[in-house]
Amino acid sequence: MKKSIFLGLAAAAMFGTTAIADTLDAVKKNDHVKCGVSTGLAGFSAADEKGNYQGMDVDVCRAVAAAVLGDANKVKFTPLTAKERFTALQSGEIDILSRNTTWTLTRDASLGLNFAGVNYYDGQGFMVTKALGVKSAMELDGAAVCLQAGTTTELNLADYFKANNMKYKAVTYDTSDQTIKGFEAGRCDMLTSDQSQLYSLRIKLAKPDDAVVLPEVISKEPLGPVVRQGDDKWFNIVRWSLNAMINAEEMGITKANVASMKDSKDPATQRLMGGQGEKLGLDDKWSYNIISQVGNYGESFEANVGSGSPLKIGRGLNALWNKGGIMYAPPIR
Amino acid sequence: MSTQQQGLTPGKPPIWNDPHYRALFFQILLIIGLGAFLYYIVNNTLSNMEARGISTGFAFLSERSGFDILQSLIPFSADSTYGRTFFVGLLNTILITLLGIVVATILGFIVGVARLSKNWLIAKLATVYIETFRNIPLLIQIFFWYFVVLRAMPGARDSLSFMDSFFLNVRGMYAPYPVPGEGFNFTLIAIAIGIIAAFLVRSWAKKRQNATGQQFPIFWTSLGLIFGLPLIVFLLSGSPLTWDIPVLNRFNFQGGTRIIPELLALLIALSIYTAAFIAEIVRSGILAVSKGQTEAALSLGLQPNQNLRLVVIPQAMRVIIPPMTSQYLNLAKNSSLATAIGYPDIVNVFMGTTLNQTGQAVEIIAMTMAVYLTISLTISLFMNWYNAKMALVER
Repeated sequence: MKKSIFLGLAAAAMFGTTAIADTLDAVKKNDHVKCGVSTGLAGFSAADEKGNYQGMDVDVCRAVAAAVLGDANKVKFTPLTAKERFTALQSGEIDILSRNTTWTLTRDASLGLNFAGVNYYDGQGFMVTKALGVKSAMELDGAAVCLQAGTTTELNLADYFKANNMKYKAVTYDTSDQTIKGFEAGRCDMLTSDQSQLYSLRIKLAKPDDAVVLPEVISKEPLGPVVRQGDDKWFNIVRWSLNAMINAEEMGITKANVASMKDSKDPATQRLMGGQGEKLGLDDKWSYNIISQVGNYGESFEANVGSGSPLKIGRGLNALWNKGGIMYAPPIR
Repeated sequence: MSTQQQGLTPGKPPIWNDPHYRALFFQILLIIGLGAFLYYIVNNTLSNMEARGISTGFAFLSERSGFDILQSLIPFSADSTYGRTFFVGLLNTILITLLGIVVATILGFIVGVARLSKNWLIAKLATVYIETFRNIPLLIQIFFWYFVVLRAMPGARDSLSFMDSFFLNVRGMYAPYPVPGEGFNFTLIAIAIGIIAAFLVRSWAKKRQNATGQQFPIFWTSLGLIFGLPLIVFLLSGSPLTWDIPVLNRFNFQGGTRIIPELLALLIALSIYTAAFIAEIVRSGILAVSKGQTEAALSLGLQPNQNLRLVVIPQAMRVIIPPMTSQYLNLAKNSSLATAIGYPDIVNVFMGTTLNQTGQAVEIIAMTMAVYLTISLTISLFMNWYNAKMALVER
């Protein structure tokens, strides 16, 4: 862990000027996108039994690879802990950080990074054991809390307990895996994290039914892909790859029907199918490749965290803006 | 004749051929080169960070931290500054280092002596201990003591209790905390007097023994002075001390004092691991004292335990202390593995959470490295002083 930070720093110190150069050219030259993901968070980024990475965050990187290189499989994944992630991106070890990272002012403004959009609207919640008999987070005065180091979670938790005049003991671990182990061993009364993560950690418990997720959501956690500041071309590519996925869902273009949609007479569909690539520095098939290889946003959601997955998370805030949610992408034109 | 001599003495060579100046020249060149390299690295880092919009400088140390820390030896809350998180982490690192050194040294001495025991079972048990714990990576041992032992502990409601005031459960060890009442100061004064008196008695007894050969029961007298005297004063002043006993409430025990399981697990792992190395150092030190010394001591009529205490150990210390220093340094540096189980040491708190919230990696890692360097150099200095004190006095 420490080693990679040091290497990152050393790299930033010595070869900094090369890393800041054109990411797009570097990606084309390497013929793969270097993507930073989590150390294992089911539904967002986790390796399956064959070693293939899967999840919503993984799909963002795959979409970028499909857009730039024409092949969604040309991605090299680097698992990172919450503490390592920004240094890895700053030092050029990765091209995109797609690791359930919350967009905040401090991170956007003082780390030399840019958030390219939001691929999941989340909020911080609490998970407790059923045996405790707690119905609301307001009953948790004096509890011990397991959480992961280097997250916005730590700050929200302190704010929430302070605002409600309650006390707590924070037990801070390095990875979310250790957090759930500590919770399972009874080190803490509750575990706090983004709600989506709570569901994905819950299925790691020996008896998932013994734990409940409390209804309170105590923060806004817009999660999205991050790139280095100062490379606007690459920033645009990542941002519009994500937007293409969201727009495709809105227009009803799926992995299955994208081939037939190519001949659509609808001008909006036609624009998404081609003609805009040049402005991004890509070829005209960029969005077609994304949808045919990765699918639209809704497909990615359902397969990884929704009804097609063990997590069974509802769309909620992440439904499209015209279906009761707030997922809204600027038009492609 | 004189002309011949003149021809034989080499004349002063030109300055570029003089080996002395030549060596100096290359040394200066090397220093300039090194300085230029360092300047380039620092300058390049700063300008790169500037170009990418990464904040630099130490202003962040006075900003509000906004997070909480599990164990703090100084008052700390989410309203405290990032600078204070540095001190909280630093103190926790020093705490585990000091505790670890004390426990590892005691345990290591016992095991080292035990391995030399004439009792077959004790010697073999010590050998098994050393070979087992010396050969398993420390990180794995830390995980073992934390997760395995944590699981074996009962929950808060089924705590193991001792006399209804000491409790042990998965959240740690709870003990009553003394709350001094009015007049407790007299007892504290009595303790101080007792300790000073014990020292005086000891030096008087030593002088008398050197002069007359008569022995004095120093141990029992000191015990009486250090514990007995304060006890009498304490009782006479009306027992002005109450205990804050931990009480189980909804989630856990409140009140009293608590040792968190992270500290316990880390302390156990670090001291057991380091003790295995110390035991071997102690054994080698004792074996280095020649057998003639023991034979001489015994023939002078010393008891075997006196022989060990007065003859063997003092001589063994000269062999033991230098390698012991490096074990202490290892322990101090290994304590940074605390971050793996969430013990809030400087790596976990400052290089972990603070670094991530502020993003100022260069400053924070430099400060953390400086801390470990300082701790290690301090231990080294102390051990060198102690080594010089214990060294053979040439007469």
